Order: sequence, then C-alpha cells, then structure tokens
Amino acid sequence: MDGFFGQYGGAFVAETLIRNLEELNKEYIRVKADPMFRAEISKLLKVFVGRPTPVTPLHRMTEQLGGAKVYLKREDLTHTGAHKINNALAQAVLAKKMGKRRIVAETGAGQHGVAVATACSLLGMKCVVYMGAVDAQRQAPNVQRMKLLGADLRLVHSGQKTLKDAINEAIRDWITNVGDTHYLLGSAVGPHPFPNMVRDFQSVIGEEARSQIMEAEGRLPDCIIACVGGGSNAIGMFSAFLNDEDVKLIGVQAAGDGLDTDKHAAPLVKGTVGIVQGSLTYMLQDEDGQILETHSIAPGLDYPGVGPQHSYLKDSGRVQYTAISNRDALQAFEYLCRTEGILPALESSHAVAHALKVAPTLPKDAVVLVNLSGRGDKDLDQAIAALDKMKQSEVSV
Amino acid sequence: MSFSRIEQMFARLQEKGEGALIPYIPVGYPTAERSEALIRVIAESGADLIELGVPYSDPLADGPTIQEASQIAVAGGAKLSTCLTTVKSLRDSGLNLPIVLMGYCNSFLAYGLERLACDANAAGVDGLIIPDLPSTMAKSWVDIFEPHGLDVIFFLAPTTSEERAAAVVQQGKGFLYCISVTGVTGERDTLPDELPAFLKQVRTVTNLPLAVGFGISNEKHVREVIQYADGAIVGSALINVIRQSSPDKLESEVRRFIRELKQATCLSETRV
Repeated sequence: MDGFFGQYGGAFVAETLIRNLEELNKEYIRVKADPMFRAEISKLLKVFVGRPTPVTPLHRMTEQLGGAKVYLKREDLTHTGAHKINNALAQAVLAKKMGKRRIVAETGAGQHGVAVATACSLLGMKCVVYMGAVDAQRQAPNVQRMKLLGADLRLVHSGQKTLKDAINEAIRDWITNVGDTHYLLGSAVGPHPFPNMVRDFQSVIGEEARSQIMEAEGRLPDCIIACVGGGSNAIGMFSAFLNDEDVKLIGVQAAGDGLDTDKHAAPLVKGTVGIVQGSLTYMLQDEDGQILETHSIAPGLDYPGVGPQHSYLKDSGRVQYTAISNRDALQAFEYLCRTEGILPALESSHAVAHALKVAPTLPKDAVVLVNLSGRGDKDLDQAIAALDKMKQSEVSV
Repeated sequence: MSFSRIEQMFARLQEKGEGALIPYIPVGYPTAERSEALIRVIAESGADLIELGVPYSDPLADGPTIQEASQIAVAGGAKLSTCLTTVKSLRDSGLNLPIVLMGYCNSFLAYGLERLACDANAAGVDGLIIPDLPSTMAKSWVDIFEPHGLDVIFFLAPTTSEERAAAVVQQGKGFLYCISVTGVTGERDTLPDELPAFLKQVRTVTNLPLAVGFGISNEKHVREVIQYADGAIVGSALINVIRQSSPDKLESEVRRFIRELKQATCLSETRV
C-alpha cells in the first residue's frame, strides 16, 4: 500500500491535514520526475551548499586501530554544517512551487532549524521554528543563528521540552495554518509522504559516497555506519546501497546512560511497535501506549520514534541496529578531534564511536565508511562540560 | 434491525426538535478520585452523549487546555483500562446515555484492538472517536470494532474535499464529527463564518447526524451550531469551568454550565 514499508508507515493524522498531505504527495511525485526541478536542486546543492562533500580517509585513526581502513562522508562540510540542509532546501523549493508562503519546522539539535531558516532566507519565505526549551539551552549557538537568519523561534515548554514536543507543536501549528503553510519535517519520520520524500532528498549522500568510494578503492565498502535518531542521514546514505547485499549497513542509536537504564533513545534496539507522530514504527512506549521520555547527550537523537523504513529494515534484517552510550560518544568526539582534526557533532560521534569498536575487528583490506552527518561547533560547551565531568569522576574513582 | 444507542438518541432528539449536547472530559480529570462522580453529574445535568477522553501523553489534535487535562489524568494514573472500568461502573449504576471513548491510535493499539473491542462492548461503550485515524487508514480497525457493536466515528474538516467527504460518510457510523475550524481543540470567541456552508454541504452527502466540535465555548455557540447540526461537542470550555471552580463548588459549577448549554440545544425554532 502507498506510504507503507511492510506494515510500517502510513498517515495516522487528523482529518484536517489529509488534504494537505495528499497535495504534497501529488506534487512531490510530480517534481521528482521533473528534470527542471532536479536541475534546480542540483544547482543549489552545488553552488549554495557546496556539494559534493568529500569522503576523507582517516589515515591516523586507521593506523591506530590496526584494522579496516576508515573513511568519513563529510556532511559536516555542507553549508550550515549538517546533512539537514539537503532536505531543507529541496522541501522549501517544493513548498514555494506549491504556493506556500510560510514554513513551520521543528528542531532538536538546531541544525535542521538553521537549515530551514537558511533556506527560507534564500527563498524569501516566512519561517517559524519550534524548539524544545531544553534543546534551546544546550544548543545556544544554533538559537542565535536561527534568530539572525530571521526565523521566528518558538520555545516549547510542554512535555519533556525536547524534539518530540517541538514536533507536536509544529504539527499543531500546521493543523491551524494548513492553507498557506508547509510543514518542513526534518527527518525521515512522520506521516506519508515525509519518510519517502526526506529519504529521497537525502539520497544524494549515498549516491555521492558510492561513486567516491568506488573511485578511491575501486570497490564498494564492506561496512557503512550512520547514526539514527529519526534516521534521515542514515536512510540517505543507506538508500544507495540497499541492493548491495555484501555491504553491511549499521544504524547507531543513542544508548544514553545505558540500554539497561530507562535513560536512552534506542527504539530500534529496545522499543516496541506503535503509532507515533503519524506513522506506525518502533517506538519507546510504556505498556499503556504512553510515549516514554528519552535521553541522549545528542539532542538530534533524543527522540522516542524512528523513521518507518528503518523499522522495516530492522525486521528484514538488511540493516543491523545497535546503540552507543553518551560516554562512548563523548570519547569518540574527543578522539576524532585529536586524531584527525575533525570536530564531529555529538549525533555523528555515535557513528564514529561504533566505528572505533568495529574497525579493529576487521581485516586490513576491509573498508568502513562512516557518515559524519554534522559538525560539532554547536555542541562545544555541552561536550566539554560533559568530558570534564567524566574525567573528574574517573579520577575520583 | 436493531438500532444503536447513539442512533436511538439522535432519533429521539430529532423528534423533539432538539440538538444533542455532547460534553467531552478525560477520564481521571480533575483527579482520579473525583472523575467518576463528575462524569455522573455531567450525564445527569443534560448531556445527551458523553465523550470520554482516554488520557494520552501526546494528544496531537488537541490544544493546550485538553493537552494539560490529559496529562494531569495520565500523571494521576488513568489508563484505557480505567476508562473501561469507569464506563462499566456508570452502566452498573443505571446510566443509559450513549458513551463514546475518544482516544489516540496508540492507546488502543497498545491495549490490543481485539481485546478492546470485547472489553469496550462488555463495559457498555457505544463507539470510538480516534482523531489520528483518518478513514483511509481505518478499514482494518472498523472490521474489528463493528462486529462488537462499536461505532467508529469519523471526522470531516473544512479542508476535506467533497470527493473525500463522500467516501468518509460511507464508512461513518453513529454520527459524523464535523470540525468547525482548521486547528486544534480549544475555546474560541467566535465560530467561523464558513461553518454553515460547510455543514450544509455535508448534509447533501449523508443522512448521518452531524455533531460539531472544536471551539464550541458557550451557550451562544451551541445555539448557533444547532441551527445547522444535530449536536454540539464541548470540551475545552468544560475543562476550563472545572479548572476555575473551587473544589467544593466543582460539581455545582459543572451542573450549572451543562444545564445552560443543554437549554441552548432546545431552542429549535430556528433550525434549518
């Protein structure tokens, strides 16, 4: 059925939104096949975003780990500093073509909010961004950037004050202003057609990486690792390799304080199936179906649901999902800075941390590709404070 | 053919030339202890059908008032099973008006749809209102609930196209929930000018009773709505009355408010 990946997906939304989703789907299917639209997006990605982003071989890390050769796909080098810009620009152009003048968006880590505010500024559209009050506090530089870019930033104080609550408020705004407003969803989650559309707009990551690694190594990688909150960078990367059975795909969720505690954000590892924010997918819920609070040091991963295609890929076994703790992510954050001169986002640090575990177990001729979904400038204060605390507690033990 | 409690209620009111008053309240609100007695007060003060909210952590179609009430109820421990025992207890005490549960998909899924169908029927529930279950996603749900005598009540919004409305009403049972505005639930000063035209349009495609909700805040609104529809649904305004009442006056304030609204449904001379 349209909008489903196996049993997952769908459009479980208020009747008020149905017309809009149907129009969006129709227009999206139309522009996807339209060479003019594709050319327009390609050009923007090239001259504004700075694509293609390179794949970088990590010589020192490879040598230290003594196993597989590790490469990074450098989405941190895009304009605004994360893969989010690929989707934000494409959706904003699409919305403008549909005659929408106003964009609402949610943001967790702030990178999606910055990307949307940037796209709106470029295209001359009105921009409203909802952000959880807790996230705003831990991502202060991005709050300033969004304001500077002209976005109307609205802090959300309901619920847990993080990404899920920001999405709730953005959806409420959309229901209220559905006539002139496009909801520019930032991940491959939510009702149909968002999971398809966001994946397609992010598939540029995988397509580029595929040809770049072919050029560098003359073959496909053995293993690809990406972090998964909602899962848009991961699905963008994985989509180009789904049919290559020999390429092992690994999605890394947030284990927070540990999977044996209730402070994590790993629905694909510890969740159950339910309906969250418009689609049927793995989620973190209690036995009554109440959505559970989540925890991750990376605000972009601090989310109780996940894109429905990931749920499907988990069940089919094509992608293996695992989780990395705050502690391991912080160590990877510091390690990549020290060893390779690259400051990763805390979200992406989860993928790097998993590569640090996997690469030494593989033979020297193996190739591991890690999607570095964003850069870590936004996380400096929080990460440094957390690293200090971690080191102090080690000393005191 | 037997008629459901909901159908009988609308037919009886139509004969009398009255509209239906449909108050909404989440189970477990304002507190776990007072909830059931308050529902009984609402039922006995003039409600024709009661919409009982299943408390949910993330009620997306609701505005801040119902969201807060729902979260208070969740924090107080109210669950779907609490809703079912509440309905059972109300039925055991002789309450005979139609009762529908309003809840989000995930609450029902977590309980198990088959299990819910059996338990809701046994408790005396007449129907389900599920704001995030559009008719296009609903077939498998309806197939489970209908054999157990549960009406699944569908929504029509001002944004619903004529073509889609024609399809939605085919699946509808009990009544159609017509959303007055594009927006979430919550009190509003005035109802939109387009509402009568929207309701007249819906009338042309269905014989099901029409109930209007979202933003119906006072007796004036109820009177206005009843001119074009068969029922008025009042949620946030009722919750605000509860919120603003002192604990010792809670029941008397609610009784007064419901009576006032019910009277407004009886002014039938202007119905079109």
